[in-house]
Amino acid sequence: MEFKDYYKLLDVDRTATAADIKSAYRKLARKYHPDVSKEPGAEARFKEIGEAYEVLQDPEKRAAYDQLGNRWREGQEFTPPPEWGAGFEFTSGGDSAADATDYSDFFSTLFGNFSHRGASTRTRGEDHHAKIFIALEDAFHGGTHTITLRSPQVDAQGRVVLRERSLSVQIPKGIRERQHIRLAGQGAPGIKGTIPGDLYLEIHFHPHPLYQVQGRDLSLSLPIAPWEATLGATVKAPTPTGVVEVKIPPGSQSGRQLRLKGRGIPGEPAGDLYLALAVVLPKADTEQAQQIYQTMARELAFNPREALGV
Amino acid sequence: MDREQDLLTGSVIGDEGVLSLEELARACGAEPQWVVELVAVGVLEPQGAEISFWRFRAADLTCARRVFRLQRDFDASLDAAAVMLDLLDQIEQLRARLKLAGLDVE
Repeated sequence: MEFKDYYKLLDVDRTATAADIKSAYRKLARKYHPDVSKEPGAEARFKEIGEAYEVLQDPEKRAAYDQLGNRWREGQEFTPPPEWGAGFEFTSGGDSAADATDYSDFFSTLFGNFSHRGASTRTRGEDHHAKIFIALEDAFHGGTHTITLRSPQVDAQGRVVLRERSLSVQIPKGIRERQHIRLAGQGAPGIKGTIPGDLYLEIHFHPHPLYQVQGRDLSLSLPIAPWEATLGATVKAPTPTGVVEVKIPPGSQSGRQLRLKGRGIPGEPAGDLYLALAVVLPKADTEQAQQIYQTMARELAFNPREALGV
Repeated sequence: MDREQDLLTGSVIGDEGVLSLEELARACGAEPQWVVELVAVGVLEPQGAEISFWRFRAADLTCARRVFRLQRDFDASLDAAAVMLDLLDQIEQLRARLKLAGLDVE
């Protein structure tokens, strides 16, 4: 497992006071909070600093961690010394940000068996949450999705160990972004024979090369030729369920939206597909093409900047 | 003992209210009383008139968990977290509009 340099993660000295640590944590928490931050990798970073804070804000955990000394570096391969934890009694709690599922192997190994927070009084297992990313196509046809989850489990010796498990989940047709699939009984196991919690999967779509998704509606930028826009035309357009023919009204401009009713995500009602017309100009890379443009320039009394008064 | 994997079928939490007060609270790892406060300040708008008939949608679940994290991680009051939530919603809407206009701000 990899060593975690908690001081480095919070960007504080090994001699930092409790107040320094708290202030460093708060600053970083604001910067990387996954609800607030748009920094790439914010969520992972936030978990790391939450974990670092949980250890360093707790005098017992910090003292035990300090005993490892400063011979380890961040990311280095690490095995806990045999005498680890002797003479320390860790109390659970702390006001850190991390959920029980979010700790690193390093943390779970060193502090795991002591960091179970108040779960024993519950009458059933906790609900768990995970985000899953599916293909937009799955919302059109339905599908199956396999997820791998790491969750802490209490082993026979009462230690918390991270266990990996995979689940195959049916993705129902018509599912939309930010809806959830609730899997009964797939959350944390119940303690001493009580019922396990549920697992909530929050649905997200992988970015699609063609379509943008808003709720049940899709939009697509549809390139058209200038003559198709001005004279009107029937052109082909892709949709998630196959190619369709679309009528471009004469006199269209870039940005005009055409709505294909019911071509969005299926359901009651089905969503719509919006086509945003985008006029694309042919290159003037042959003499003939140049002549056509020159003829237009000469013969069309056209000032595109009329509205600007110039 | 994972043998041949079973295909799990869950229930969808979507735009229809399906989660009860207790279920939503449990999904957030919070007490039902906390959810009642969220409804009182208008962060959540359940379907159903009486508490025992309240039903919450996917958006409520997302909102409630977000408020829970904001309160927990920033020691924020419920009102402060509610303001943050509104602002975050506005930013998201603006980002979505920018993206539609082809102006990705990432």
